[in-house]
Amino acid sequence: MIQVPADLQYTKSHEWVRKLADGTVEIGITDHAQHELGDLVFVEVPEKGRALAAGEACAVVESVKAASDVYAPLAGEVTAGNPELATKPELINQDAFGRGWLMRLRPAGAGGGALLSPAQYEELVRAEGS
Amino acid sequence: MGRRTPLYDLHVSQGARIVDFGGWDMPVQYASQLEEHHAVRRAAGIFDVSHMCVIDLTGTRTREFLQYLLANDVGKLKRAGKALYSCMLNEAGGVLDDLIVYFLTDIWFRVVVNAGTRDKDLHWIRGHAHDFGVDVRERADLAMLAVQGPEARQKTLELIPAAERSRALALAAFVGCDLAGWFIARTGYTGEDGFEIMLPAADAAQAWLALNALGVVSCGLGARDTLRLEAGMNLYGNDMDETTHPFESGLGWTVALLPAGRRFIGREALERVQARGSARELIGLVLEDRGVLRSHQRVMVPGGGTGEITSGTFSPTLERSIAFARIPSGPVTRVEVEIRGKLLAARSVKPPFVRAGKSLVS
Repeated sequence: MIQVPADLQYTKSHEWVRKLADGTVEIGITDHAQHELGDLVFVEVPEKGRALAAGEACAVVESVKAASDVYAPLAGEVTAGNPELATKPELINQDAFGRGWLMRLRPAGAGGGALLSPAQYEELVRAEGS
Repeated sequence: MGRRTPLYDLHVSQGARIVDFGGWDMPVQYASQLEEHHAVRRAAGIFDVSHMCVIDLTGTRTREFLQYLLANDVGKLKRAGKALYSCMLNEAGGVLDDLIVYFLTDIWFRVVVNAGTRDKDLHWIRGHAHDFGVDVRERADLAMLAVQGPEARQKTLELIPAAERSRALALAAFVGCDLAGWFIARTGYTGEDGFEIMLPAADAAQAWLALNALGVVSCGLGARDTLRLEAGMNLYGNDMDETTHPFESGLGWTVALLPAGRRFIGREALERVQARGSARELIGLVLEDRGVLRSHQRVMVPGGGTGEITSGTFSPTLERSIAFARIPSGPVTRVEVEIRGKLLAARSVKPPFVRAGKSLVS
């Protein structure tokens, strides 16, 4: 079974969003997404300070098979990219919701209205699988 | 739904991810493509290649027919069981397919062609066989397994009747023989030692499971692709097709222009190319920067020429990206590859990149 942690929000394009105590958010790709991609071998994360629009392609994850874009779940400014992924892309396969995080973002404005709840995301994955 | 091999249900039961490959529903990976790749480099893996098309050609003029049909010369095949790799060309010298041909008896040769070109190839072969009185029979009754890796032959021996094992073990590279109803050849597409086995479809699942029980890892087409590219082997449809000739596809070594008197389809076109020199060539690339080379990325050659990646991947053995690229002919040591708008540095190397588990790239 794929994991869908209850304390996160999700997107239709399989990113997850975690609200952090300092008002920033942490973003990654879901366990379902990493499973679909297979073994990851290269990850490109955005530079600190880059301003992102909601839905903008902002990172690339490449498995042996193919490259996939990651889209910003909400608008904001990048406060950090995960530096560990440059040498250990497999962290995303091993721990998609933890050490495999991609970037942190300071949201611009309230936003986030279009994000999916865990239940909604689970339903989306189930619908895709059928 | 695509076509399925006799092992389809077994692949699904083993958790394979199934994808379309040339109209076939094939396993691309089981648990981890990287682990499957390493299993073949370090121990042994097994691939279902039953989607490939086995064709038996029979008749007293079969050798003569193949000498006309193929760019390589089956006249080189002196000993029963010996195999030859060849391109099959159209009149313009374009590659219709690449294939392996086995010399079985004076009136019987066996050809193995790609899955995606099966119908085209059968049509082409039948069209020309008629003039030579050669009978063309597709062997859809056979399954085909590739057992590859440094331990592959030893493991496979355990499936063979004890009385036949010494014959299997004695097979030289690129030679096959019939052993108790299985045709076993010391061939492959991974750059490792191993066997390819053509066997009755009904035997395939049991053989697969028996090899699994001996520790041979089920491998999908994903690992097959990274292994063949590391081994410097071309993939039809990526690295050559009907619009490219062997000399610009790294396959000049498979074209037998000698003896000069042998007429074969595409010969005149190739002689014209040879006389003026091929304008393009296929080279190996190793990416120096981080990233992954993929087919169709643009390659910038010093001096202004451009080319294109034909096959690219992450090499699990080298832990960096490798590729084949078709570029303007001429000496080149460094190129740049455009990946998502950025130019990344790559250097030219002579394939293979990996052979028998060892990196050949400094």
